Amino acid sequence: MHLTSLLEIAAEALGDRVAVGPQGDGALTYEGLLQQAQASGRSLQQRQAQRLVAVDINSEAVPIGLFAAASAGIPYVPVNYRLADAQLRAILERAAPAVAVVDPSIPTRFPDGIPELAMTSREEFLGADGPAPAEAGDADLDEPAVLLFTSGTTGEPKAAVLRHRHLTSYVLETVEFLGADEADAALVSVPPYHIAGIAAVLSSVWSGRRLVYLPQFTPEAWVDLAATEAITHAMVVPTMLGRILQVLEERGEKLPALQHLSYGGGRMPVAVVEQALELLPHVGLVNAYGLTETSSTVAVLGPDDHREAVGSAEPHVRLRLGSVGRPLPSLEVEVRGPAGEVLAPGDRGEIWVRGEQVSGEYLGRGPTLTADGWLATNDGGWLDSEGYLFVEGRLDDVIVRGGENLSPGEIEDVLVAHPAVADAAVFGLPDDEWGESVAAVIVLVEGQQAGADVLIEWVSQRLRSTRAPQRVEFRVELPYSETGKLLRRVLKAELSSPLPQA
Amino acid sequence: MGGKVELKPGTRWASQVCDTEVVVVRAAGQAVSLECGGQPMVAVGEPPAPGLELDPAFSGGSLIGKRFTEPDLGLELLVTKAGAGNLAVDGAALALKDAKPLPSSD
Repeated sequence: MHLTSLLEIAAEALGDRVAVGPQGDGALTYEGLLQQAQASGRSLQQRQAQRLVAVDINSEAVPIGLFAAASAGIPYVPVNYRLADAQLRAILERAAPAVAVVDPSIPTRFPDGIPELAMTSREEFLGADGPAPAEAGDADLDEPAVLLFTSGTTGEPKAAVLRHRHLTSYVLETVEFLGADEADAALVSVPPYHIAGIAAVLSSVWSGRRLVYLPQFTPEAWVDLAATEAITHAMVVPTMLGRILQVLEERGEKLPALQHLSYGGGRMPVAVVEQALELLPHVGLVNAYGLTETSSTVAVLGPDDHREAVGSAEPHVRLRLGSVGRPLPSLEVEVRGPAGEVLAPGDRGEIWVRGEQVSGEYLGRGPTLTADGWLATNDGGWLDSEGYLFVEGRLDDVIVRGGENLSPGEIEDVLVAHPAVADAAVFGLPDDEWGESVAAVIVLVEGQQAGADVLIEWVSQRLRSTRAPQRVEFRVELPYSETGKLLRRVLKAELSSPLPQA
Repeated sequence: MGGKVELKPGTRWASQVCDTEVVVVRAAGQAVSLECGGQPMVAVGEPPAPGLELDPAFSGGSLIGKRFTEPDLGLELLVTKAGAGNLAVDGAALALKDAKPLPSSD
């Protein structure tokens, strides 16, 4: 299916139901969203735009831009406006020739412009229309619908290519068409340049759920908007959830309308999940694991899984609170060893995925899928005997110490379980004797103390002694990407000096 | 009469004798004749052939939002527009899929 069909079908069925916006005046109905997207699409065609770039905060211009680009038969390219000038310039140059909807700060940051990038303000873009094209183009399902630049810090910018058939396959397989009640509303606080921001638009439109945008995330603003808009569904990244829970606890706010809270995009500490279950007992928690290259979600830990895990006396069931649940029925997931062999349950290896929603393709590069359609995710993990998937982070982060592969996530989980530890990052540092040694950077709980020797002993007792850190540093916070991924490589670079000799 | 066609995922089909429209969620393993109201379906946007009538034997109706399957072929369809006819493949009515929705992860 084409994204234009997705909106047309929803608009025909839902007509004057509110699609986007706050309660009351100014909201856009499904029919209104369709009309607006088609008008903006005509204007893009008149300008002969080859791509629609968006360098802007979150707003109703995101779904309009996404569907307008589809209607004009060109890809939508949302870009992170918070990037440093040099990085943003490199991406914009790579995305041109294009029309770009930009935040007012962008023309000021690039006073000489970007070659072949026609900048336009959000108001201008939303107000523009164009003549009906002479003939309707073919809605080609194999055309790129969205290009998402990945957050690499070095080298040429890399953009994942998601075609119409990838995105709509994900929606058709996972979302119940018209499944939402009229009162349902989704709060979108993940940025549009994150695959979750795109999936939120498509899933909400297809299910008939009103979209409400939070322009810029702060936990206070999120809680305010969730309360006033009677939000029923929301998706957050790990760093957001912990801060939201803190505000809820301080205010005694219960968010009675909230039914579904999903989280993903990075590793979530089990302690935060337990706190969420406690503070929001009426809310179904959903943990989702997915990649940009897989058009969003690959595996889901649902509300029942959460309740069963937290209430279980069986250690292997309780452990599932830290899993990402089971793969979607429309996908295949395998854990494979270094030679490509499929591993038995419980064995750690690389996670592989196959399915209609899997793209695995980058702009200007050849396909990365195997001939039979499998994508190597570069994520390490394992499956339990009942098919629950445990993700342990990027394989690039695996520490190889004396020939033994150590998973940073496993060691971080043990460290965070210490009552004085609020957050932990574990990574490898170059070591003459062992190849790599284990280093940990710790954030202590306010007012608590724990020395390096105590924490080393803590890990030794719970894991094998080879997994205990040789070096422990303390910080007030850890570096996270904006979408909630722990940036171990930043700490690794900072600490990549030889171990001090005792 | 329409011949057998490959039903690719994401393609949309319309009844010639009622308002029913569907989208293919999962492809059939082989080319089939997709029918609604007892008559072959056509690609959405194509005009219906004149003179066709709804076969009373296939007039149970298709409800919007329902999924229909032919498990042996692997075929799965979603009704995107309701109509008076019901869906069939090669003359055999399709079964309603009783699917428990997945928890929303977006």
